Amino acid sequence: MAEEVKLLKTWSSRFGLRVVWALKLKGIQYEAFDEDLSNKSALLLQYNPVYKKVPVLVHNGKPISESLVILEYIDETWKQNPMLPQHPLEKARQRFWAKFNDEKLLPSISGIFTKEGKEREEAVAASLENLKFVEEELKGKKFFGGEKIGLADLVFGWLANLICVFEEVLGFKIIDERFPLLLAWMKEFSQLPIIKDNWPPHDKMIIKYQEQYDKYHPAK
Amino acid sequence: MEEVKVLGSWPSPYGFRVQWALELKGVEYEYIDEDLFNKSDMLLKYNPVHKKIPVLVHNGKSIAESAVILEYIEETWPQNPLLPMDPYERAMARFWLNFVDNKDKAAPFVSFFIGVGEEHEKAAKEAKELLTIFEEQGLGEKKYFGGEEIGMVDLAMGWIAASLGVIEEIVDVKILDAESLPRLHAWVQNFRAYPVIKNNLPDHDKLLENYTKKREMFLASIAT
Repeated sequence: MAEEVKLLKTWSSRFGLRVVWALKLKGIQYEAFDEDLSNKSALLLQYNPVYKKVPVLVHNGKPISESLVILEYIDETWKQNPMLPQHPLEKARQRFWAKFNDEKLLPSISGIFTKEGKEREEAVAASLENLKFVEEELKGKKFFGGEKIGLADLVFGWLANLICVFEEVLGFKIIDERFPLLLAWMKEFSQLPIIKDNWPPHDKMIIKYQEQYDKYHPAK
Repeated sequence: MEEVKVLGSWPSPYGFRVQWALELKGVEYEYIDEDLFNKSDMLLKYNPVHKKIPVLVHNGKSIAESAVILEYIEETWPQNPLLPMDPYERAMARFWLNFVDNKDKAAPFVSFFIGVGEEHEKAAKEAKELLTIFEEQGLGEKKYFGGEEIGMVDLAMGWIAASLGVIEEIVDVKILDAESLPRLHAWVQNFRAYPVIKNNLPDHDKLLENYTKKREMFLASIAT
């Protein structure tokens, strides 16, 4: 039976991007649909009625939503170039750090972008603490997955692209020389062909995030 | 030789999930109860990033985050599987696990527990809507969320069977009744009666005391 794989995402979504990378990593052919979230398609509402969010993977007509759930599904369905190691403890480690990114790191860094005053200071402090943990995890490793990229790399991957966009819009550095391992990882990760060829365009990102920043911090 | 420890903090439902998983698989373990206002060196050593329970320690190696722990338990002790074999069915199970643990989705239940007045009424309504989603889309016609047998999603939903009744008692509002949510109501009875679960449920009176105190403490703190 011919495989039919569709991916509903947006052009800039970091959660959609991790699914794109996973599909490219495994050499899976798919059809991409970029949604306009201010005008959600009937397809999206049909395929993700609970959250109405992207990304959604549709495999032979069956939808899966929530990016981490999608990544696990991809890894279990297509066995080539595994994203997760065999050993349960190492698998747990990858899953732990994936959750850490989504539940701690990403929200704290977003907080720097969206908040002001004391709340921003708190977001900065939280981000630095979270980044320290991530830096520690990279000790002795080229990637979070070891010699090759794994699930955690795909999940942290947004840092390699979006941080410099944030830093340009904000006018200050978030990941500086205090995090040499993280900076080295960002460089290595960005140079991988499947990553490099699939970045959303930098200029478009700057425009988008500058607009967003202005919305959060309207000039008084 | 296996050495399995579980760090929990009664009556945390996240700790219970881990214990239930181990019990269902017949894995022997040592349970250590933590005082979260006075965290042990062991907890800080085994979960330095979050400093939270539950933590599973297997032959000296620690795993934190209940969802991660459950997957680890499933892979390490494959007997009495808690996840289906089919990748799509597994994805559906993981989707529900994610849904239950989603902070935004849990918020109405928290407000139902500690809220008052209009906020509480709104929370009761939203919580009931969530329970309806659980019944209609999660449980469907199945006996358990896992199908014929208890699975990982049942363990995550287990807090409903273990403690929602006590919360309803304290706030004197019923949201999970047999008439409007017959299948979920039946699920609660089946879950509580399941052999291994039956012996590992929080004691009603102790839970009532603990939760009553918690609600009072919270209400007192916002009154100031």
